[in-house]
Amino acid sequence: MSNKTKLFLYGVLLVLCIPFVFPTWWMITSSFKPNSEIFSPSLLPSSWSFEPWRQVFTMQPFAQQYWNSAYIAVVVTVGTLVVASMAGYAFARIRFRGQNFLFLLVLTGLLIPSEVTIVPLFRIFNSLGLVDTHWPLILVPMLGPPSVLATFIMRQFFITLPGELEEAARMDGLGRPAIFRRIALPLARPALGAVAIFTFLHSWNLYLEPVVYISSQTKYTLPQALTQFTDAYQGQLWNVQLSAASMTAIPVLIVFVIAQRQFIEGLAHTGLKG
Amino acid sequence: MTVGSSLTRRRYWTTRRRDQLTAYVFITPALLGALAFVFLPLVLVVWYSLHEWNVLADTFNFVGAENYRKLADDPNVPAVLRATAFFSIGLVVLNLALALLLAVLLNQKLRGTTVFRVLFFSPVVVSLLAWTIVWGFLLQDNGGLNGMLDAVGIDGPNWLRSGGTAMVSVVIVQVFKNVGLNMVLFLAALQGVPVSLHEAARTDGAGPWRVFRSITLPLISPTILLTSIITVVGSLQVFAQISVLTQGGPGNSTTVLVYYLYQQAFQFHAFGYGATLSVLLFGIVLALTVLQWQMRKRWVFHEQ
Repeated sequence: MSNKTKLFLYGVLLVLCIPFVFPTWWMITSSFKPNSEIFSPSLLPSSWSFEPWRQVFTMQPFAQQYWNSAYIAVVVTVGTLVVASMAGYAFARIRFRGQNFLFLLVLTGLLIPSEVTIVPLFRIFNSLGLVDTHWPLILVPMLGPPSVLATFIMRQFFITLPGELEEAARMDGLGRPAIFRRIALPLARPALGAVAIFTFLHSWNLYLEPVVYISSQTKYTLPQALTQFTDAYQGQLWNVQLSAASMTAIPVLIVFVIAQRQFIEGLAHTGLKG
Repeated sequence: MTVGSSLTRRRYWTTRRRDQLTAYVFITPALLGALAFVFLPLVLVVWYSLHEWNVLADTFNFVGAENYRKLADDPNVPAVLRATAFFSIGLVVLNLALALLLAVLLNQKLRGTTVFRVLFFSPVVVSLLAWTIVWGFLLQDNGGLNGMLDAVGIDGPNWLRSGGTAMVSVVIVQVFKNVGLNMVLFLAALQGVPVSLHEAARTDGAGPWRVFRSITLPLISPTILLTSIITVVGSLQVFAQISVLTQGGPGNSTTVLVYYLYQQAFQFHAFGYGATLSVLLFGIVLALTVLQWQMRKRWVFHEQ
Protein backbone atom coordinates (compact mmCIF):
# COMPACT_ATOMS: atom_id res chain seq x y z
CA MET A 1 0.00 0.00 0.00
CA SER A 2 1.44 3.35 -0.99
CA ASN A 3 1.86 6.12 1.57
CA LYS A 4 -0.70 8.19 -0.29
CA THR A 5 -3.36 5.46 0.00
CA LYS A 6 -2.54 5.05 3.69
CA LEU A 7 -2.88 8.76 4.31
CA PHE A 8 -6.20 8.75 2.47
CA LEU A 9 -7.50 5.81 4.52
CA TYR A 10 -6.47 7.46 7.79
CA GLY A 11 -8.26 10.61 6.68
CA VAL A 12 -11.45 8.68 5.93
CA LEU A 13 -11.27 6.84 9.25
CA LEU A 14 -10.76 10.07 11.18
CA VAL A 15 -13.72 11.78 9.53
CA LEU A 16 -15.90 8.71 10.15
CA CYS A 17 -14.92 8.79 13.82
CA ILE A 18 -16.57 12.16 14.39
CA PRO A 19 -20.21 11.04 14.86
CA PHE A 20 -19.04 8.22 17.14
CA VAL A 21 -16.74 10.16 19.41
CA PHE A 22 -17.96 13.73 19.26
CA PRO A 23 -21.31 13.17 21.06
CA THR A 24 -19.57 11.67 24.09
CA TRP A 25 -17.04 14.51 24.08
CA TRP A 26 -19.85 17.06 23.73
CA MET A 27 -21.81 15.45 26.56
CA ILE A 28 -18.91 15.68 28.99
CA THR A 29 -17.65 19.15 28.04
CA SER A 30 -21.13 20.69 27.84
CA SER A 31 -21.91 19.36 31.31
CA PHE A 32 -19.31 21.83 32.65
CA LYS A 33 -20.76 24.81 30.82
CA PRO A 34 -22.91 27.28 32.74
CA ASN A 35 -26.47 27.49 31.51
CA SER A 36 -25.86 30.82 29.76
CA GLU A 37 -23.22 29.21 27.60
CA ILE A 38 -24.88 25.86 27.00
CA PHE A 39 -25.66 26.42 23.31
CA SER A 40 -22.36 28.09 22.43
CA PRO A 41 -20.56 26.05 19.79
CA SER A 42 -17.16 26.19 21.57
CA LEU A 43 -15.53 22.81 22.07
CA LEU A 44 -14.56 23.55 25.66
CA PRO A 45 -16.34 25.61 28.33
CA SER A 46 -14.87 29.11 28.66
CA SER A 47 -14.79 28.56 32.41
CA TRP A 48 -15.37 25.16 33.97
CA SER A 49 -18.41 25.14 36.20
CA PHE A 50 -18.96 22.27 38.59
CA GLU A 51 -22.32 23.65 39.59
CA PRO A 52 -24.34 21.40 37.22
CA TRP A 53 -22.63 18.33 38.67
CA ARG A 54 -23.64 19.45 42.16
CA GLN A 55 -27.19 20.24 41.05
CA VAL A 56 -27.65 16.67 39.84
CA PHE A 57 -27.67 15.62 43.48
CA THR A 58 -29.82 18.44 44.81
CA MET A 59 -32.54 18.19 42.17
CA GLN A 60 -33.10 14.47 42.57
CA PRO A 61 -32.00 11.74 45.01
CA PHE A 62 -29.41 10.88 42.37
CA ALA A 63 -27.08 8.89 44.63
CA GLN A 64 -30.02 6.71 45.62
CA GLN A 65 -31.03 6.30 41.96
CA TYR A 66 -27.47 5.44 41.05
CA TRP A 67 -27.43 2.81 43.76
CA ASN A 68 -30.79 1.43 42.52
CA SER A 69 -29.43 0.94 39.01
CA ALA A 70 -26.15 -0.50 40.25
CA TYR A 71 -27.57 -3.04 42.66
CA ILE A 72 -30.31 -4.12 40.27
CA ALA A 73 -27.78 -4.64 37.47
CA VAL A 74 -25.48 -6.64 39.76
CA VAL A 75 -28.27 -8.84 41.11
CA VAL A 76 -29.63 -9.47 37.61
CA THR A 77 -26.16 -10.27 36.28
CA VAL A 78 -25.25 -12.69 39.06
CA GLY A 79 -28.69 -14.31 38.96
CA THR A 80 -28.59 -14.72 35.19
CA LEU A 81 -25.12 -16.26 35.35
CA VAL A 82 -26.32 -18.86 37.88
CA VAL A 83 -29.60 -19.69 36.11
CA ALA A 84 -28.16 -19.70 32.58
CA SER A 85 -24.96 -21.61 33.30
CA MET A 86 -26.81 -24.37 35.16
CA ALA A 87 -29.49 -24.78 32.50
CA GLY A 88 -27.00 -24.37 29.67
CA TYR A 89 -24.79 -27.04 31.19
CA ALA A 90 -27.62 -29.52 31.65
CA PHE A 91 -28.88 -29.02 28.10
CA ALA A 92 -25.37 -29.41 26.66
CA ARG A 93 -23.77 -32.17 28.72
CA ILE A 94 -26.44 -34.38 30.29
CA ARG A 95 -28.83 -36.72 28.49
CA PHE A 96 -32.29 -36.67 30.01
CA ARG A 97 -35.80 -37.45 29.02
CA GLY A 98 -37.61 -34.58 27.32
CA GLN A 99 -34.32 -32.79 26.66
CA ASN A 100 -34.98 -31.76 23.08
CA PHE A 101 -38.54 -30.74 23.72
CA LEU A 102 -37.66 -28.68 26.78
CA PHE A 103 -34.75 -27.03 24.99
CA LEU A 104 -36.97 -26.12 22.07
CA LEU A 105 -39.50 -24.72 24.54
CA VAL A 106 -36.88 -22.51 26.15
CA LEU A 107 -35.54 -21.54 22.74
CA THR A 108 -38.91 -20.28 21.49
CA GLY A 109 -38.56 -17.71 24.24
CA LEU A 110 -36.03 -16.02 21.98
CA LEU A 111 -38.83 -15.17 19.58
CA ILE A 112 -40.82 -13.20 22.08
CA PRO A 113 -39.52 -9.71 22.81
CA SER A 114 -40.34 -8.41 26.27
CA GLU A 115 -42.33 -5.54 24.73
CA VAL A 116 -44.95 -8.10 23.65
CA THR A 117 -45.55 -9.32 27.18
CA ILE A 118 -45.34 -6.06 29.13
CA VAL A 119 -49.11 -5.57 29.38
CA PRO A 120 -49.90 -8.95 31.00
CA LEU A 121 -46.75 -8.79 33.12
CA PHE A 122 -47.86 -5.42 34.42
CA ARG A 123 -51.15 -6.94 35.45
CA ILE A 124 -49.44 -9.90 37.13
CA PHE A 125 -47.09 -7.68 39.10
CA ASN A 126 -49.94 -5.33 39.90
CA SER A 127 -52.04 -8.12 41.39
CA LEU A 128 -49.01 -9.27 43.41
CA GLY A 129 -48.63 -5.74 44.78
CA LEU A 130 -45.18 -5.45 43.21
CA VAL A 131 -45.74 -2.36 41.08
CA ASP A 132 -43.47 0.51 42.16
CA THR A 133 -40.95 -1.97 43.55
CA HIS A 134 -37.74 -3.19 41.95
CA TRP A 135 -38.95 -6.78 41.71
CA PRO A 136 -40.17 -6.57 38.08
CA LEU A 137 -36.86 -4.99 37.03
CA ILE A 138 -34.99 -7.88 38.65
CA LEU A 139 -37.21 -10.89 37.97
CA VAL A 140 -38.15 -10.28 34.33
CA PRO A 141 -34.61 -9.85 32.94
CA MET A 142 -33.17 -12.52 35.26
CA LEU A 143 -35.71 -15.19 34.27
CA GLY A 144 -37.35 -13.85 31.09
CA PRO A 145 -36.11 -13.27 27.53
CA PRO A 146 -32.54 -12.04 28.24
CA SER A 147 -31.97 -15.05 30.47
CA VAL A 148 -33.20 -17.36 27.70
CA LEU A 149 -30.58 -15.86 25.40
CA ALA A 150 -27.94 -16.33 28.10
CA THR A 151 -28.97 -19.99 28.54
CA PHE A 152 -28.59 -20.52 24.82
CA ILE A 153 -25.13 -18.93 24.77
CA MET A 154 -23.97 -21.03 27.72
CA ARG A 155 -25.27 -24.20 26.10
CA GLN A 156 -23.44 -23.42 22.86
CA PHE A 157 -20.26 -23.00 24.87
CA PHE A 158 -20.57 -26.10 27.05
CA ILE A 159 -21.28 -28.25 23.99
CA THR A 160 -17.76 -27.55 22.73
CA LEU A 161 -16.02 -28.85 25.87
CA PRO A 162 -14.17 -32.13 25.32
CA GLY A 163 -15.85 -35.09 27.02
CA GLU A 164 -12.59 -36.60 28.28
CA LEU A 165 -12.25 -33.99 31.00
CA GLU A 166 -15.54 -34.97 32.56
CA GLU A 167 -14.85 -38.68 32.25
CA ALA A 168 -11.53 -38.23 34.03
CA ALA A 169 -13.27 -36.31 36.80
CA ARG A 170 -15.89 -39.02 37.03
CA MET A 171 -13.15 -41.65 37.44
CA ASP A 172 -11.92 -39.60 40.35
CA GLY A 173 -15.37 -40.04 41.89
CA LEU A 174 -16.80 -36.58 41.29
CA GLY A 175 -20.58 -36.30 40.92
CA ARG A 176 -22.33 -34.12 38.34
CA PRO A 177 -22.73 -31.04 40.52
CA ALA A 178 -19.04 -31.18 41.41
CA ILE A 179 -18.02 -31.67 37.78
CA PHE A 180 -20.12 -28.66 36.84
CA ARG A 181 -18.70 -26.47 39.57
CA ARG A 182 -15.06 -27.54 39.55
CA ILE A 183 -14.42 -28.50 35.91
CA ALA A 184 -16.97 -26.98 33.54
CA LEU A 185 -17.54 -23.57 35.14
CA PRO A 186 -13.88 -22.55 35.40
CA LEU A 187 -13.44 -23.46 31.72
CA ALA A 188 -16.48 -21.40 30.78
CA ARG A 189 -14.98 -18.10 31.92
CA PRO A 190 -15.00 -16.45 28.47
CA ALA A 191 -18.67 -17.33 27.93
CA LEU A 192 -19.56 -16.24 31.45
CA GLY A 193 -17.75 -12.96 30.86
CA ALA A 194 -19.65 -12.36 27.64
CA VAL A 195 -22.97 -13.12 29.31
CA ALA A 196 -22.08 -10.90 32.27
CA ILE A 197 -21.23 -7.90 30.08
CA PHE A 198 -24.33 -8.30 27.95
CA THR A 199 -26.63 -8.80 30.93
CA PHE A 200 -25.19 -5.90 32.90
CA LEU A 201 -25.53 -3.48 29.99
CA HIS A 202 -29.04 -4.72 29.27
CA SER A 203 -30.12 -4.03 32.84
CA TRP A 204 -28.23 -0.73 33.00
CA ASN A 205 -30.02 0.50 29.85
CA LEU A 206 -33.49 -0.84 30.65
CA TYR A 207 -35.98 1.96 30.02
CA LEU A 208 -39.49 0.80 29.09
CA GLU A 209 -39.86 -1.42 32.18
CA PRO A 210 -38.87 1.21 34.77
CA VAL A 211 -41.09 3.79 33.06
CA VAL A 212 -44.01 1.36 33.24
CA TYR A 213 -43.45 -0.04 36.73
CA ILE A 214 -41.74 2.64 38.82
CA SER A 215 -43.44 5.84 39.92
CA SER A 216 -41.58 7.02 43.06
CA GLN A 217 -38.57 9.19 42.47
CA THR A 218 -36.48 7.42 45.11
CA LYS A 219 -37.02 4.12 43.28
CA TYR A 220 -36.11 5.42 39.81
CA THR A 221 -33.25 3.82 37.95
CA LEU A 222 -30.71 5.95 36.07
CA PRO A 223 -32.25 5.92 32.56
CA GLN A 224 -35.52 7.09 34.04
CA ALA A 225 -33.91 9.68 36.30
CA LEU A 226 -31.91 11.16 33.41
CA THR A 227 -35.05 12.43 31.70
CA GLN A 228 -36.34 14.28 34.78
CA PHE A 229 -33.95 17.22 35.03
CA THR A 230 -36.29 20.05 34.08
CA ASP A 231 -37.01 23.48 35.51
CA ALA A 232 -40.36 24.60 36.87
CA TYR A 233 -41.68 25.15 33.33
CA GLN A 234 -40.69 21.67 32.10
CA GLY A 235 -37.78 23.22 30.20
CA GLN A 236 -34.78 20.97 30.06
CA LEU A 237 -31.79 21.90 32.21
CA TRP A 238 -29.32 20.67 29.66
CA ASN A 239 -26.11 21.08 31.64
CA VAL A 240 -27.53 19.25 34.67
CA GLN A 241 -29.00 16.54 32.49
CA LEU A 242 -25.72 16.11 30.64
CA SER A 243 -23.83 15.94 33.95
CA ALA A 244 -26.07 13.11 35.09
CA ALA A 245 -25.71 11.43 31.69
CA SER A 246 -21.92 11.72 31.93
CA MET A 247 -21.96 10.13 35.37
CA THR A 248 -24.00 7.26 33.93
CA ALA A 249 -21.77 6.75 30.91
CA ILE A 250 -18.22 7.39 32.17
CA PRO A 251 -17.77 4.42 34.57
CA VAL A 252 -18.90 1.93 31.92
CA LEU A 253 -16.67 3.64 29.32
CA ILE A 254 -13.66 3.35 31.63
CA VAL A 255 -14.24 -0.37 32.17
CA PHE A 256 -14.71 -0.72 28.41
CA VAL A 257 -11.40 0.97 27.61
CA ILE A 258 -9.60 -1.29 30.09
CA ALA A 259 -11.23 -4.50 28.89
CA GLN A 260 -12.08 -3.54 25.30
CA ARG A 261 -11.20 -6.92 23.83
CA GLN A 262 -13.54 -8.82 26.18
CA PHE A 263 -16.30 -6.26 25.62
CA ILE A 264 -16.11 -6.25 21.84
CA GLU A 265 -15.73 -9.98 21.42
CA GLY A 266 -18.23 -10.77 24.15
CA LEU A 267 -20.94 -8.46 22.85
CA ALA A 268 -20.39 -9.42 19.24
CA HIS A 269 -20.58 -13.07 20.26
CA THR A 270 -23.79 -12.69 22.25
CA GLY A 271 -25.28 -10.53 19.51
CA LEU A 272 -24.41 -13.16 16.96
CA LYS A 273 -26.16 -15.90 18.86
CA GLY A 274 -29.24 -13.77 19.41
CA MET B 1 -33.43 -55.98 55.77
CA THR B 2 -31.66 -52.66 56.04
CA VAL B 3 -28.79 -54.05 54.03
CA GLY B 4 -31.20 -55.22 51.35
CA SER B 5 -33.02 -51.92 51.02
CA SER B 6 -29.83 -49.92 50.88
CA LEU B 7 -28.65 -52.27 48.14
CA THR B 8 -31.79 -51.79 46.08
CA ARG B 9 -31.61 -48.07 46.69
CA ARG B 10 -28.07 -48.00 45.43
CA ARG B 11 -29.16 -49.92 42.37
CA TYR B 12 -32.06 -47.55 41.79
CA TRP B 13 -29.85 -44.48 41.98
CA THR B 14 -27.61 -45.38 39.10
CA THR B 15 -25.22 -42.76 37.73
CA ARG B 16 -27.61 -42.25 34.87
CA ARG B 17 -30.59 -41.62 37.11
CA ARG B 18 -28.59 -39.32 39.32
CA ASP B 19 -27.45 -37.43 36.21
CA GLN B 20 -31.04 -37.06 35.10
CA LEU B 21 -32.09 -35.73 38.46
CA THR B 22 -29.23 -33.21 38.39
CA ALA B 23 -30.29 -32.14 34.92
CA TYR B 24 -33.87 -31.51 36.00
CA VAL B 25 -32.73 -29.56 39.03
CA PHE B 26 -30.36 -27.52 36.86
CA ILE B 27 -32.96 -26.56 34.28
CA THR B 28 -35.79 -25.89 36.72
CA PRO B 29 -35.09 -22.16 37.36
CA ALA B 30 -34.65 -21.39 33.67
CA LEU B 31 -37.71 -23.40 32.72
CA LEU B 32 -39.95 -21.92 35.40
CA GLY B 33 -38.66 -18.47 34.45
CA ALA B 34 -39.47 -18.98 30.79
CA LEU B 35 -42.91 -20.31 31.68
CA ALA B 36 -43.74 -17.53 34.14
CA PHE B 37 -42.21 -14.55 32.34
CA VAL B 38 -42.46 -15.53 28.67
CA PHE B 39 -45.13 -18.14 27.96
CA LEU B 40 -47.74 -17.38 30.58
CA PRO B 41 -47.81 -13.66 29.63
CA LEU B 42 -47.87 -14.63 25.94
CA VAL B 43 -51.02 -16.66 26.49
CA LEU B 44 -52.48 -13.92 28.67
CA VAL B 45 -51.79 -11.21 26.12
CA VAL B 46 -53.95 -13.05 23.60
CA TRP B 47 -56.67 -13.54 26.23
CA TYR B 48 -56.56 -9.87 27.27
CA SER B 49 -56.77 -8.77 23.65
CA LEU B 50 -60.30 -10.18 23.67
CA HIS B 51 -61.32 -7.88 26.51
CA GLU B 52 -62.26 -4.29 26.99
CA TRP B 53 -60.16 -3.43 29.98
CA ASN B 54 -59.63 -0.02 31.50
CA VAL B 55 -57.62 0.11 34.69
CA LEU B 56 -58.86 3.52 35.77
CA ALA B 57 -62.52 2.71 35.19
CA ASP B 58 -61.88 -0.78 36.61
CA THR B 59 -63.67 -2.52 33.76
CA PHE B 60 -62.72 -5.93 32.40
CA ASN B 61 -65.30 -7.32 29.97
CA PHE B 62 -65.07 -10.01 27.34
CA VAL B 63 -65.71 -8.37 23.97
CA GLY B 64 -64.56 -11.04 21.54
CA ALA B 65 -62.90 -9.70 18.42
CA GLU B 66 -63.95 -6.10 19.16
CA ASN B 67 -60.37 -4.91 19.71
CA TYR B 68 -59.29 -6.46 16.43
CA ARG B 69 -62.07 -4.62 14.62
CA LYS B 70 -60.89 -1.47 16.35
CA LEU B 71 -57.37 -2.23 15.18
CA ALA B 72 -58.54 -2.56 11.57
CA ASP B 73 -60.48 0.71 11.81
CA ASP B 74 -57.94 2.68 13.85
CA PRO B 75 -56.89 5.58 11.59
CA ASN B 76 -53.55 5.76 13.42
CA VAL B 77 -52.53 2.20 12.67
CA PRO B 78 -51.48 2.66 9.01
CA ALA B 79 -49.34 5.64 10.03
CA VAL B 80 -47.87 3.66 12.92
CA LEU B 81 -47.02 0.71 10.69
CA ARG B 82 -45.53 3.06 8.10
CA ALA B 83 -43.38 4.71 10.76
CA THR B 84 -42.31 1.31 12.08
CA ALA B 85 -41.41 0.05 8.62
CA PHE B 86 -39.58 3.28 7.77
CA PHE B 87 -37.57 3.11 10.97
CA SER B 88 -36.73 -0.59 10.57
CA ILE B 89 -35.82 -0.47 6.90
CA GLY B 90 -33.91 2.79 7.23
CA LEU B 91 -32.02 1.46 10.20
CA VAL B 92 -31.14 -1.86 8.60
CA VAL B 93 -29.99 -0.36 5.31
CA LEU B 94 -27.89 2.41 6.86
CA ASN B 95 -26.58 0.24 9.66
CA LEU B 96 -25.47 -2.62 7.41
CA ALA B 97 -23.97 -0.35 4.76
CA LEU B 98 -22.00 1.65 7.31
CA ALA B 99 -20.98 -1.48 9.25
CA LEU B 100 -19.67 -3.07 6.07
CA LEU B 101 -17.79 0.07 5.07
CA LEU B 102 -16.17 0.36 8.51
CA ALA B 103 -15.30 -3.34 8.56
CA VAL B 104 -13.67 -3.16 5.12
CA LEU B 105 -11.66 -0.11 6.21
CA LEU B 106 -10.56 -1.79 9.43
CA ASN B 107 -9.63 -4.93 7.51
CA GLN B 108 -6.87 -3.04 5.65
CA LYS B 109 -3.32 -3.60 6.74
CA LEU B 110 -3.01 -0.35 8.62
CA ARG B 111 -1.47 0.47 11.94
CA GLY B 112 -3.81 1.62 14.67
CA THR B 113 -6.95 -0.11 13.45
CA THR B 114 -7.49 -1.41 17.00
CA VAL B 115 -7.84 2.16 18.22
CA PHE B 116 -10.39 2.93 15.52
CA ARG B 117 -12.23 -0.28 16.30
CA VAL B 118 -12.53 0.83 19.94
CA LEU B 119 -13.71 4.31 18.93
CA PHE B 120 -16.34 3.02 16.51
CA PHE B 121 -17.54 0.51 19.08
CA SER B 122 -17.64 2.90 22.05
CA PRO B 123 -21.24 4.14 21.58
CA VAL B 124 -22.43 0.54 22.10
CA VAL B 125 -21.35 0.76 25.75
CA VAL B 126 -22.45 4.36 26.35
CA SER B 127 -25.72 4.20 28.26
CA LEU B 128 -28.59 4.33 25.76
CA LEU B 129 -30.27 7.22 27.53
CA ALA B 130 -27.06 9.24 27.81
CA TRP B 131 -26.40 8.76 24.09
CA THR B 132 -29.96 9.68 23.18
CA ILE B 133 -30.00 12.75 25.43
CA VAL B 134 -26.77 14.19 24.06
CA TRP B 135 -28.00 13.69 20.49
CA GLY B 136 -31.26 15.32 21.44
CA PHE B 137 -29.18 18.24 22.71
CA LEU B 138 -27.09 18.36 19.52
CA LEU B 139 -30.18 18.26 17.31
CA GLN B 140 -32.03 21.12 19.03
CA ASP B 141 -32.93 24.01 16.77
CA ASN B 142 -30.20 26.12 18.39
CA GLY B 143 -28.05 23.07 19.22
CA GLY B 144 -24.54 22.02 18.32
CA LEU B 145 -25.23 20.61 14.88
CA ASN B 146 -27.04 23.68 13.61
CA GLY B 147 -24.34 25.83 15.25
CA MET B 148 -21.74 24.07 13.15
CA LEU B 149 -23.87 24.26 10.00
CA ASP B 150 -24.38 27.95 10.69
CA ALA B 151 -20.62 28.44 10.76
CA VAL B 152 -20.40 27.20 7.16
CA GLY B 153 -23.44 29.23 6.12
CA ILE B 154 -26.13 26.53 6.15
CA ASP B 155 -29.40 27.15 7.95
CA GLY B 156 -30.16 23.74 9.45
CA PRO B 157 -33.74 22.58 10.09
CA ASN B 158 -35.25 21.95 13.50
CA TRP B 159 -34.27 18.33 13.21
CA LEU B 160 -36.56 16.73 15.76
CA ARG B 161 -39.56 19.00 15.33
CA SER B 162 -40.12 18.98 11.59
CA GLY B 163 -41.88 16.13 9.85
CA GLY B 164 -39.30 15.72 7.13
CA THR B 165 -36.30 15.22 9.38
CA ALA B 166 -37.56 13.81 12.71
CA MET B 167 -37.64 10.15 11.72
CA VAL B 168 -34.39 10.36 9.77
CA SER B 169 -32.74 11.91 12.83
CA VAL B 170 -33.95 9.14 15.12
CA VAL B 171 -32.70 6.51 12.67
CA ILE B 172 -29.28 8.14 12.43
CA VAL B 173 -28.91 8.45 16.21
CA GLN B 174 -29.63 4.74 16.50
CA VAL B 175 -27.31 3.79 13.62
CA PHE B 176 -24.30 5.39 15.29
CA LYS B 177 -25.26 3.86 18.62
CA ASN B 178 -25.12 0.24 17.53
CA VAL B 179 -23.35 -0.02 14.18
CA GLY B 180 -20.20 -1.09 16.05
CA LEU B 181 -21.74 -4.47 16.83
CA ASN B 182 -22.42 -5.31 13.18
CA MET B 183 -19.03 -3.87 12.22
CA VAL B 184 -17.29 -6.37 14.49
CA LEU B 185 -19.34 -9.25 13.09
CA PHE B 186 -18.51 -8.20 9.52
CA LEU B 187 -14.85 -7.79 10.41
CA ALA B 188 -14.74 -11.35 11.72
CA ALA B 189 -16.47 -12.58 8.56
CA LEU B 190 -14.07 -10.67 6.30
CA GLN B 191 -11.11 -12.12 8.09
CA GLY B 192 -12.54 -15.57 7.39
CA VAL B 193 -12.42 -15.02 3.61
CA PRO B 194 -9.38 -16.95 2.33
CA VAL B 195 -6.68 -14.68 0.91
CA SER B 196 -5.88 -17.27 -1.77
CA LEU B 197 -9.29 -16.69 -3.40
CA HIS B 198 -8.59 -12.98 -3.67
CA GLU B 199 -5.20 -13.60 -5.18
CA ALA B 200 -6.58 -16.07 -7.70
CA ALA B 201 -9.22 -13.57 -8.81
CA ARG B 202 -6.64 -10.82 -9.03
CA THR B 203 -4.38 -12.88 -11.28
CA ASP B 204 -7.43 -13.55 -13.47
CA GLY B 205 -7.59 -9.80 -13.93
CA ALA B 206 -10.48 -8.87 -11.63
CA GLY B 207 -10.40 -5.36 -10.18
CA PRO B 208 -10.87 -4.73 -6.43
CA TRP B 209 -14.57 -3.88 -6.79
CA ARG B 210 -15.20 -7.00 -8.83
CA VAL B 211 -13.37 -9.13 -6.23
CA PHE B 212 -15.45 -7.59 -3.47
CA ARG B 213 -18.73 -8.12 -5.31
CA SER B 214 -18.11 -11.59 -6.70
CA ILE B 215 -16.04 -13.18 -3.96
CA THR B 216 -16.19 -11.32 -0.68
CA LEU B 217 -19.91 -10.50 -0.65
CA PRO B 218 -21.16 -14.03 -1.41
CA LEU B 219 -18.79 -15.47 1.17
CA ILE B 220 -19.99 -13.17 3.93
CA SER B 221 -23.68 -13.44 2.93
CA PRO B 222 -24.55 -15.62 5.98
CA THR B 223 -23.27 -12.83 8.21
CA ILE B 224 -25.20 -10.22 6.23
CA LEU B 225 -28.42 -12.18 6.67
CA LEU B 226 -27.79 -12.80 10.34
CA THR B 227 -26.98 -9.17 11.13
CA SER B 228 -29.98 -7.95 9.17
CA ILE B 229 -32.29 -10.22 11.15
CA ILE B 230 -30.82 -9.17 14.49
CA THR B 231 -31.02 -5.53 13.44
CA VAL B 232 -34.62 -5.74 12.19
CA VAL B 233 -35.91 -7.52 15.28
CA GLY B 234 -33.97 -5.09 17.49
CA SER B 235 -35.37 -2.15 15.56
CA LEU B 236 -38.94 -3.23 16.31
CA GLN B 237 -38.19 -2.81 20.01
CA VAL B 238 -37.15 0.85 19.80
CA PHE B 239 -38.79 2.87 22.54
CA ALA B 240 -36.43 5.02 24.61
CA GLN B 241 -35.09 6.89 21.58
CA ILE B 242 -38.58 7.84 20.42
CA SER B 243 -39.73 8.69 23.91
CA VAL B 244 -36.78 11.01 24.57
CA LEU B 245 -36.21 12.55 21.13
CA THR B 246 -39.64 13.09 19.60
CA GLN B 247 -42.40 11.61 21.84
CA GLY B 248 -43.77 10.13 18.64
CA GLY B 249 -44.12 13.52 16.94
CA PRO B 250 -44.37 15.77 15.13
CA GLY B 251 -47.93 14.62 14.53
CA ASN B 252 -47.49 10.90 14.77
CA SER B 253 -44.68 10.72 12.22
CA THR B 254 -42.33 8.88 14.60
CA THR B 255 -44.92 6.87 16.53
CA VAL B 256 -43.60 3.35 16.04
CA LEU B 257 -45.55 0.29 17.16
CA VAL B 258 -43.98 -0.17 20.60
CA TYR B 259 -44.42 3.52 21.37
CA TYR B 260 -48.07 3.40 20.27
CA LEU B 261 -48.58 0.29 22.38
CA TYR B 262 -47.10 2.11 25.37
CA GLN B 263 -49.32 5.14 24.79
CA GLN B 264 -52.48 3.09 24.49
CA ALA B 265 -51.83 0.81 27.44
CA PHE B 266 -49.98 2.98 29.91
CA GLN B 267 -50.96 6.54 29.04
CA PHE B 268 -54.57 6.07 27.90
CA HIS B 269 -55.08 2.99 30.11
CA ALA B 270 -56.65 1.01 27.26
CA PHE B 271 -55.03 -2.26 28.30
CA GLY B 272 -57.20 -4.51 26.15
CA TYR B 273 -56.29 -2.55 23.04
CA GLY B 274 -52.67 -2.42 24.20
CA ALA B 275 -52.74 -6.22 24.39
CA THR B 276 -54.12 -6.33 20.84
CA LEU B 277 -51.24 -4.18 19.63
CA SER B 278 -48.86 -6.53 21.46
CA VAL B 279 -50.32 -9.46 19.53
CA LEU B 280 -49.75 -7.52 16.32
CA LEU B 281 -46.12 -6.88 17.33
CA PHE B 282 -45.66 -10.57 18.08
CA GLY B 283 -47.18 -11.49 14.71
CA ILE B 284 -44.69 -9.24 12.93
CA VAL B 285 -41.71 -10.68 14.82
CA LEU B 286 -42.92 -14.20 14.08
CA ALA B 287 -43.44 -13.47 10.38
CA LEU B 288 -39.94 -12.00 10.12
CA THR B 289 -38.45 -15.05 11.80
CA VAL B 290 -40.21 -17.43 9.43
CA LEU B 291 -39.05 -15.27 6.53
CA GLN B 292 -35.51 -15.56 7.86
CA TRP B 293 -35.68 -19.34 7.76
CA GLN B 294 -36.94 -19.30 4.21
CA MET B 295 -34.25 -16.90 3.07
CA ARG B 296 -31.59 -18.87 4.80
CA LYS B 297 -32.48 -21.90 2.74
CA ARG B 298 -32.64 -20.09 -0.57
CA TRP B 299 -30.45 -17.09 -0.66
CA VAL B 300 -27.41 -17.64 1.47
CA PHE B 301 -24.33 -18.96 -0.23
CA HIS B 302 -22.87 -22.09 1.35
CA GLU B 303 -23.86 -22.07 4.94
CA GLN B 304 -21.36 -23.88 7.12
